[in-house]
Amino acid sequence: MVEKPLDIDQKLCKGCGICYTLCPKKAIKGDEKGKVVVDNPDLCSKCGICESHCPDYAIFVRREKK
Amino acid sequence: MTSKKARLIQGNRACAEGAMAAGVRFFAGYPITPSTEIAEIMSEELPKLGGKFIQMEDEIASMACIIGASLTGKKVLTASSGPGISLKQEAIGYACMTEIPCVIVNVQRLGPSTGGPTSSAQGDIMQARWGTHGDHPIIALCPSSVYECFTLTVTAVNFAEKYRTPVYVLMDEIIGHMREKVILPNIDEIKIVNRKRPTCPSNEYKPYQIDETLIPAMADFGTGYKWHVTGLFHDETGFPSGKPKVIEEQFKRLMTKFDKYSDEILSWEETEAEDAEILLVAYGSTARSALDAVNILRSEGIKVGLFRPITIWPFPEKRLKTLAEKANKIIVPEMNYGQLILEVERICKDKASVGGLFKFNSLPITPEEIMFKIREVL
Amino acid sequence: MRPELQKLFRMDKLPHIWCPGCGHGIITRAIAEAINESDLDLDKTVIVSGIGCSSRAPGYMHFDTLHTLHGRALAFATGVKLANPELNVFVLTGDGDATAIGGNHFIHAARRNIDLNIILFNNNIYGMTGGQYSPLTPTGKIASTSPYGNPENNFDIPALAIAAGASYVARGTAFHDKLLIDCIKEGIKNKGFSLIEAMSMCPTSYGRRNKMGNAADMLNDLKTTAVNINVAKKLPPEKLEGKFLIGKLHHKPYPEFTQEYDKLIAKLQKGAE
Repeated sequence: MVEKPLDIDQKLCKGCGICYTLCPKKAIKGDEKGKVVVDNPDLCSKCGICESHCPDYAIFVRREKK
Repeated sequence: MTSKKARLIQGNRACAEGAMAAGVRFFAGYPITPSTEIAEIMSEELPKLGGKFIQMEDEIASMACIIGASLTGKKVLTASSGPGISLKQEAIGYACMTEIPCVIVNVQRLGPSTGGPTSSAQGDIMQARWGTHGDHPIIALCPSSVYECFTLTVTAVNFAEKYRTPVYVLMDEIIGHMREKVILPNIDEIKIVNRKRPTCPSNEYKPYQIDETLIPAMADFGTGYKWHVTGLFHDETGFPSGKPKVIEEQFKRLMTKFDKYSDEILSWEETEAEDAEILLVAYGSTARSALDAVNILRSEGIKVGLFRPITIWPFPEKRLKTLAEKANKIIVPEMNYGQLILEVERICKDKASVGGLFKFNSLPITPEEIMFKIREVL
Repeated sequence: MRPELQKLFRMDKLPHIWCPGCGHGIITRAIAEAINESDLDLDKTVIVSGIGCSSRAPGYMHFDTLHTLHGRALAFATGVKLANPELNVFVLTGDGDATAIGGNHFIHAARRNIDLNIILFNNNIYGMTGGQYSPLTPTGKIASTSPYGNPENNFDIPALAIAAGASYVARGTAFHDKLLIDCIKEGIKNKGFSLIEAMSMCPTSYGRRNKMGNAADMLNDLKTTAVNINVAKKLPPEKLEGKFLIGKLHHKPYPEFTQEYDKLIAKLQKGAE
């Protein structure tokens, strides 16, 4: 089973498109309303650029505890 | 027992000393005649007491600055005059809306605009009541002696703390700059009031709670309550709300919060008023001339009396109405084009005829002028 | 949001009021990250703001927060800090708030070198009122009150702050969030007036009128127009045309106002003994 790389809070997402435009791996995309959804979980490198540039705090990248 | 010393001091000094006696430990101001002495005294004395003085870049900033300081739990004061008070109105409205305790001294000078910086006037009576935009509650106290500059500043600080509100000490240039012999009370004779602070856990704290006291507790910044202060209409928790029901409830509490305490807030002085047929309503320095006129005319057997409101806002309406039942004529002498007379007319118009004696040429109203006016209407 | 960051926010107040793609949310998060990484006592931290889009940020942050009057945040903050120097005081303000109506307070707070951390959200426009030009709208740009292009010159905010006496001045952007966090952290460490200009973007009221694309395009503009000051030092001037510098632009510590005032109190009280 593939672990979910990202938590997305769709209630907070305003669909600005910053996250999936910035995503270097194209792991996420916009749905029909432009809101973020995970497209290819396997591609996600957990770089966090989506999380740190989400103006709406809708994304949380799951990282392993050190 | 400490022996009290008689001193010859200025009204502005008495005001500054009253503030410090009441526990004021923060002053922000901007130089302006005729109130500057208060800032000068504070700059010298406050640091000795561990307090802070700051001369801000402008009047608006000094008003904003004391509100910020008050939020940390300090008792705060600013002092200014006409043009400065006009500028402060923006932040005075903020203090009304957010219910932050603070005291504003206005040593009134001749206006409008730059007007007469060293000339006395009483032209800011209505500004004190309605100076900032929107309906709002306000308390204004009006001393007419150097001694009262001290005691009423103490009262103003206490009221600000107790009722979570800005309070004006509405002096005038004559009172501010006049030197008089006073014997000020010892510090242990002065009643000190501190604001109500929350005792509940921080997650239960409601900085604008509507309860039977109508005055919510106020937490000092830095004590873990983590509350939000905004000039927007807000609900009990302090956060913005645009709900008409919330706005109305909070607005009503704000506008009526002094009513419950009117016995304590309202004060006035009467001289031969009980059986007066002609009643003078005078305040500030003008009340001194009015008092002379009453004493002289009484010795001639003329039934004249004086009603001196000490609390100008809210106005001691009930008592004046009762006196107006007996007096058939009321005269309001004031150093302006007729301001408090509007309030007196509103209260007494069905009971007595109300006339004014207005002077706005930079000179004080003399006892002779008042007596002349009285003889005219006799 | 990351659980450890959530304690710095009033999560129940989200979503915030800002438009989709507004850079202010990114900058607000950077401020929270910087506070979190600086190990500040959260109970002793106060966040003050004025009026405008940026000034709504404190409402979402879980501290003692003071949403004040247009332009006056620094005057209120001066009162908070001077009255209780133990408090860490942040001022969140915008380009209109800090440099137009609040311009006087801005230069005087800098002159005093009072220990405040100012994060100036610069989106080049008055967003809240619908897109009027501000003192930081570049010349020629379209705003609702400059339909033929802004005829005025704009301020260079870091230069203004340095001239006025700020002891720490830096600039970051909504794209360069890690740099922005580092700048804010350095500003927190600096005992004195620290100004961090945070370049933001307003797709709704500025980008749209000036045909700058969507939020991601505007973020990309910030990425390509910004040059780190350390890199810029090695570049010829012609390579810097049309660019702006980011990073630490100025750091020159000197005596801080509230500490100096406390020294005065100590001296006077000692003298009285």
